[in-house]
Amino acid sequence: MTTLLTPRSPALRNGWILTQRELLHWVRQPALPIFGLLFSIMLLLMFGFLFGGAIEVPGGGDYINFLLPGMFTLTMLFGLEGTMLAMSTDATKGITDRFRSMPIHSSAVAFGRCGADMASSVLNLAVLIVGGLFIGWRITTDLGSALVAVALLLWLRFALLWIGIFLGIAFRSPAATMAVQVLVWPVGFLSNVFVAPETMPGWLGAIAQWNPISATATATRQLFGNPTGVTSGWMTEWAVPMALLWPLVLTLVFLPLSARAYRHLRR
Amino acid sequence: MPSPLSLTASGLHKRYGDVKALDDFSLDIPPGTIHGLLGPNGAGKSTAVRALATLIDVDRGEASVAGHNVRTSPAKVRQRIGLVGQAAAVDEILGGTQNLVMFGRLFGLSKSAATARAAQLLNAFDLTEAAGRPVSGYSGGMRRRLDIAASLILSPAVLFLDEPTTGLDPRGRNEVWRTIRTIAAQGTTVLLTTQYLDEADQLADSISVMNAGHVVQSGTPDELKKQLGADRIVITVTDAAELARVAASVRVHTEPTIDEAGRSVTIEAPAGTAALMAAVRALDDAGIEPVDLVLRRPTLDEVFLALTAQENAS
Repeated sequence: MTTLLTPRSPALRNGWILTQRELLHWVRQPALPIFGLLFSIMLLLMFGFLFGGAIEVPGGGDYINFLLPGMFTLTMLFGLEGTMLAMSTDATKGITDRFRSMPIHSSAVAFGRCGADMASSVLNLAVLIVGGLFIGWRITTDLGSALVAVALLLWLRFALLWIGIFLGIAFRSPAATMAVQVLVWPVGFLSNVFVAPETMPGWLGAIAQWNPISATATATRQLFGNPTGVTSGWMTEWAVPMALLWPLVLTLVFLPLSARAYRHLRR
Repeated sequence: MPSPLSLTASGLHKRYGDVKALDDFSLDIPPGTIHGLLGPNGAGKSTAVRALATLIDVDRGEASVAGHNVRTSPAKVRQRIGLVGQAAAVDEILGGTQNLVMFGRLFGLSKSAATARAAQLLNAFDLTEAAGRPVSGYSGGMRRRLDIAASLILSPAVLFLDEPTTGLDPRGRNEVWRTIRTIAAQGTTVLLTTQYLDEADQLADSISVMNAGHVVQSGTPDELKKQLGADRIVITVTDAAELARVAASVRVHTEPTIDEAGRSVTIEAPAGTAALMAAVRALDDAGIEPVDLVLRRPTLDEVFLALTAQENAS
């Protein structure tokens, strides 16, 4: 098993070793990932039952079915904090310096982060999907479309990974981490995750609609066969292409920025 | 052809904004020795170590470590060095073995080789008992030893230690000192930065005193102490009120230094024992009976303060 999983390229091999480090963290300190999962479930129950009854979905449809793809998307966004925190903790504890003094390629550190965070996102997503099915969320399309929806969610998470790596290296103070932990909330809520933009004041609805995570939320709603809350405008046709494009743009911007920030540690 | 020196640096400059962190920093260290880089906070010790360990680029100057140029072949330098930074750079959630196996595998060892090397190092560093426990439960000294062990996985030619005992209690400090002596005895060249003169005195074969980004003076601890010339006579009395009278009676050609808290007077004694006899007679004439009277060499503290004071004045 291990031999099959151990890639030949030294950078990929080292990336895999660093991914294993994170998996060992879960085993040794399971409280943290478990609280993360409980937090997602709490948000799900809170919005599903506490606020859900008061929220109307434009174009009709059950709110739980509208909510779940939004929750999946929001979870991808919140994963950003974890990436940033892991990067900045390693930097402040001198572990990044140790890696940099060792004969390993800098991309190994990124591969390791990528492997660890994608694994944690897959786990988080799986728990939310099962939780959603328990409270009445249903996939009304086919397995293929559902898998494409999951892939789009992970594609968004991949793009956000680079934002997290960049922020974690460039602003590695606890205060910066705190700021990001606060700022993900307005970014997450100023979208169509919980409420359809069509019910918002015009300017706010426009911002929410152009929020990159709205494209992924709508695209996954369409692919899962859930109500989208979108009755007109470009989002009806263009959600899936935009859910491909937005993360691509973010990756093209923040991947080079991350590499640059890592190089600038040499200054 | 390998360089006869383990480490050379010549004319390193590094500027951060208006601060010259390194200002014409030069250093030569022969193989297998412990070199102490001594200086106050902000003298540039850490910047020097970070530059030599390939972590930062310098603005100007050349350096070579273990026979490789730091600027042109950093990857080759990294194969031959170990770095122990100011923070104990080990994973706190993992155990001692897990840490060393992870770093060993990152260094390119196979899983089984890394496991064997981890066991060997844990044993050598007296950490076998704690090997399975998470590092967050280790004492400062244990954590530091694990940190040093992680830097020794590939048996580096040059080991950098940046203030390795800062924040440790005396017991932890002794453990780390013993570790460093063992490493050097096995042939590894050690560059150690410290703010503690007794640490440099205890460990280092040679010392460079650093101030304002460059080396002010280099030599063996004895040579540096000789630099300050004269021996000292320290006279301790029971009553601090007597200090002025003591100072007046023994004043010969240089001004005595009075230490109120230590209830002692220090005078320079260029003539050694003759000066001591003269001091005894002077004290006897004045009717002063000291509780302690010693002739001693200058301490590194005095050398250090004198060198940095000269430098700051000029």
